[in-house]
Amino acid sequence: MNIKQTLTGFYLFVAVLMVAPITSLAAADLEVNTPAISTLKNSMQTRHGQLAGHYGSGAVGLTRDGLIAVRDANAVPLAQRQGVNSLVSAENSDRNALYKEIATANGHPEWEAEVRSTFAQRWVQKAQGGWWYQDASGGWKQK
Amino acid sequence: MRISNITWAGLLLALTLQACVTINIYFPAAAAEKAADKIIDEVWQLKEGQPANTDPAAPAK
Repeated sequence: MNIKQTLTGFYLFVAVLMVAPITSLAAADLEVNTPAISTLKNSMQTRHGQLAGHYGSGAVGLTRDGLIAVRDANAVPLAQRQGVNSLVSAENSDRNALYKEIATANGHPEWEAEVRSTFAQRWVQKAQGGWWYQDASGGWKQK
Repeated sequence: MRISNITWAGLLLALTLQACVTINIYFPAAAAEKAADKIIDEVWQLKEGQPANTDPAAPAK
């Protein structure tokens, strides 16, 4: 009798535990609503107004590691070149911080590289036609 | 017989607990893609004029 009750209890407990992973899978969203991430997003959104034209002209392209790079400096008037370099380096420091912050905010700093490669693919996927991006081997391609 | 049942239950318990831990260790690729899309939409201001939650299947909070 006692053993039977114990066993039933055991099985119920096990059954509950088997459901638990399913519910945690369903709730598996990444945390991206931290103050640090919002600050980075706002800063990148503001900067995008200045960068969009350079993506369109081919001066700046999306790299395979989730950053951006000056691809064709000749597409930028001489007077603006220094400005473009600063824009690119500011954008890259925000992007690096963003990938790191997403991994850290989710308790897995070691996910940074995977967050970065996910973003690298999605930036290209969402880029407008005519923009340039690096393929897997690092060569520039036009979307 | 009964003892062996308890042993099985224990084994199952151990495996289940392991599964719980494992799920949190693997990189959640689909969730990451979703998060990336959301952030990119905001940064590049895609889908302008639409609220963030346009999925009719999403349950209201």
